[in-house]
Amino acid sequence: MSIPESDFDDSPYDLLAEDHDEGHRWAFGTGFTDPLEGVDTSVPAGLDPAALARYCLALGDDALIYSHRLQQWVASLPELEEETAVANIALDLLGQARMLLSRAGGIVGRTEDQLAFFREEKEFRNVRLAEHADRDFAELVVRLLMFSTWRLALFEALSSAPDPVLAAIAAKGVNELAYHRDYAASWVIRLGDGTPLSHSKAQAALDTLWPLLGELFRPDPDALATVDRGGVGAVLDTVLATAGLHRPAAAPLAPVGGRTGRDGVHTEAMGYILAELQSGARAHPDATW
Amino acid sequence: MTEAYHVAAGTLDPEIPVLTIEDLGILRRVDYRPDRGVVVTITPTYSGCPAMREIAADVQARLHRAGFAQVTVATELTPPWTTDWITAEGRRKLAAAGIAPPSAAPRRTGPVPLTLGRPASPGCPRCGSLDTRLTAQFSATACKSLHRCSACGEPFEAVKAL
Repeated sequence: MSIPESDFDDSPYDLLAEDHDEGHRWAFGTGFTDPLEGVDTSVPAGLDPAALARYCLALGDDALIYSHRLQQWVASLPELEEETAVANIALDLLGQARMLLSRAGGIVGRTEDQLAFFREEKEFRNVRLAEHADRDFAELVVRLLMFSTWRLALFEALSSAPDPVLAAIAAKGVNELAYHRDYAASWVIRLGDGTPLSHSKAQAALDTLWPLLGELFRPDPDALATVDRGGVGAVLDTVLATAGLHRPAAAPLAPVGGRTGRDGVHTEAMGYILAELQSGARAHPDATW
Repeated sequence: MTEAYHVAAGTLDPEIPVLTIEDLGILRRVDYRPDRGVVVTITPTYSGCPAMREIAADVQARLHRAGFAQVTVATELTPPWTTDWITAEGRRKLAAAGIAPPSAAPRRTGPVPLTLGRPASPGCPRCGSLDTRLTAQFSATACKSLHRCSACGEPFEAVKAL
């Protein structure tokens, strides 16, 4: 069988406009395809499926909530270059969230949409650092430096996790998170080593956010890898020293009754995020278009 | 299957439409299974790449038009995609379209080193000058960065080594 090339409609814009009628669309209610389609999602013998689902949900929630916070910045950033950077970082994290929620959902019998849009606040397992509302650009980049340095170290360790699906998601994420960390580090240095005003804003952001760092290193019985706190601290110290910023001595934000974000205990900011994130899906739960 | 492979391989990337998915190195293989028909295995460039579903739909549409009735598009995540898989032909097409091709991907042994200071900037795909500078680490898509050539003054995009 020979197919002349002219038989194909090769304009990518025409192809995008075509109705493929395969359910491949991009919004809630329009039939998201499973990002793990075709991937072997059986849970290896020796792993507790419920614990694996809880762990993937926690890491997925970190990415989903963090991505939403970054999306809120889009169209309010100081320069076009920062718009594209922050939007792309948010997109990377949303992609990680989709795969991780699909991994968790495949085990517990729920879709990524059900997990993202139809859980209550107390069921979300993200760390409280992910939900913080950045008050200025300094907080955006300092928070991203803390989060991406920790998450990069964690995903490096998870690249050899005993669950091959989680290991593959993590290995892919490492490449993305390395760019996120470099972006954040370069801005923390520019602000810290910039004008007296930018320096004071960067130091104030660091002082505000530092108490949220400790929670990232709390022991988790479901964890399939551990992060060396000293290694993360050393990277942060390198950036802070280059930026001329001081590492705060502030105590970590205390757990509430022994519980933190991983246990579903969140800050006041979380309710506002979920109201925005979930309201469309909840108002029209069966909507399709 | 050679025929099916050629049809699938000709699918254009919707984000960089000068490249086919074969040029980009995201087409892993095409094989036949009695229960699933033609199975096209692709791999995402970035976790959140919104082009993946469009690519899958386009691969299906092209194969259907070529007479293959049953087509399955499967995702494979591991090993993760690297820009090293962009073919020599793909690199030539990128440069011809004014997008600087990526340098060799960083070798990952041990922790990823922190990059401080200004990263290296590729040669200008228009005038060839090496006097260029990075203006943004993220461009219109996550897989590209933005640069400016000091010799000809033109801005250009580059595919980031990954």
